[in-house]
Amino acid sequence: MIAALSQLLIFQLIGEIIARGLELPVPGPVIGMLLLFLTLMVRNGPKPELQSTSQNLLQHLSLLFIPAGTGVIVHLHRIADEWLALLLSLLVSTVVTLAVTALVMQFFNARQSAGE
Amino acid sequence: MAPRINDLWVYLSASPLLGLTLTLIAYQAACWIHRRAKFSPLANPVLIAVSALVALLTVTGTSYQTYFDGAQFVHFLLGPATVALAVPLYTQFRRVRALLVPVVAGLLVGSFTAVASAVLVARFFGASLATQLSLAPKSVTTPIAMGVAERIGGIPSLTAVLVITTGILGAVIGRYLFDALRIRDAAIRGFATGITAHGIGTARAFQESEQAGAFAALAMGMNGLITALLLPVLVPLLQ
Repeated sequence: MIAALSQLLIFQLIGEIIARGLELPVPGPVIGMLLLFLTLMVRNGPKPELQSTSQNLLQHLSLLFIPAGTGVIVHLHRIADEWLALLLSLLVSTVVTLAVTALVMQFFNARQSAGE
Repeated sequence: MAPRINDLWVYLSASPLLGLTLTLIAYQAACWIHRRAKFSPLANPVLIAVSALVALLTVTGTSYQTYFDGAQFVHFLLGPATVALAVPLYTQFRRVRALLVPVVAGLLVGSFTAVASAVLVARFFGASLATQLSLAPKSVTTPIAMGVAERIGGIPSLTAVLVITTGILGAVIGRYLFDALRIRDAAIRGFATGITAHGIGTARAFQESEQAGAFAALAMGMNGLITALLLPVLVPLLQ
């Protein structure tokens, strides 16, 4: 577990160095994720230790959101001021994104099947 | 006795121990409630734990900064967890070849729709620029969304709240919407849920079927990556 955790941290560190060094607009951990993904492609998959450590970490992904989520306490004022815009934005955007994504995929899937 | 309790509170409120312990307890209690509610998407563990902690901080008059001094140890793990997303991304990647064209089309159109619709509706109803920018990455998994929000001038902690709310909405609405639109393919239902509602949607999709869950996990990872890459370029166009 320690070796796998170190590996994740090393990829994050490299990602952070690249993001800040090249002044990229992408967060460092995302570049770390991309580099690890490419490494897995080259090496034909993760070692069992990395597989199980990642699984454990991602299984409790919800826990990791709690400190940031509790930050809502600092924004109660803003939310009270803009609650209608926030609520409608989230609601409309969620429905539209679900529908548009699914319909676009359905369209291309039908076209692909018809072409075969 | 009273002064001693007072001393104890002075110690505890200044130490990171309390914030960290309370976060872990709140999470476990919320998971217990989630199980008791038969994994209903409405009993979302993050929603429950955050509500409990907000109530507790308000009642005890504790500042968020004091709480976060302890909770930051949990928060820090979002970085390695983001890197770890590469593993399920790799595992799912090989299943995609057969559906490559619909997947790429769904990803590009869905990712753009998620950002543009949120920002435009918020602007139409008069939200401030900081709020609009905090809304932009709301369909992406929290660790990535917070990083992106910081980069484009949004408020990361507000984004975290909006991301979690979006996830709950998407998980609740998805099934009824797809049935109404007569979309039956599990891969498409899962992928659209993952694009819109990231990890919370993915958890929901796994309850529907294994295939829906796998495609939702793939969509979550790909959308996180593409939004992180494209949003900073897209933001000047939306302003």
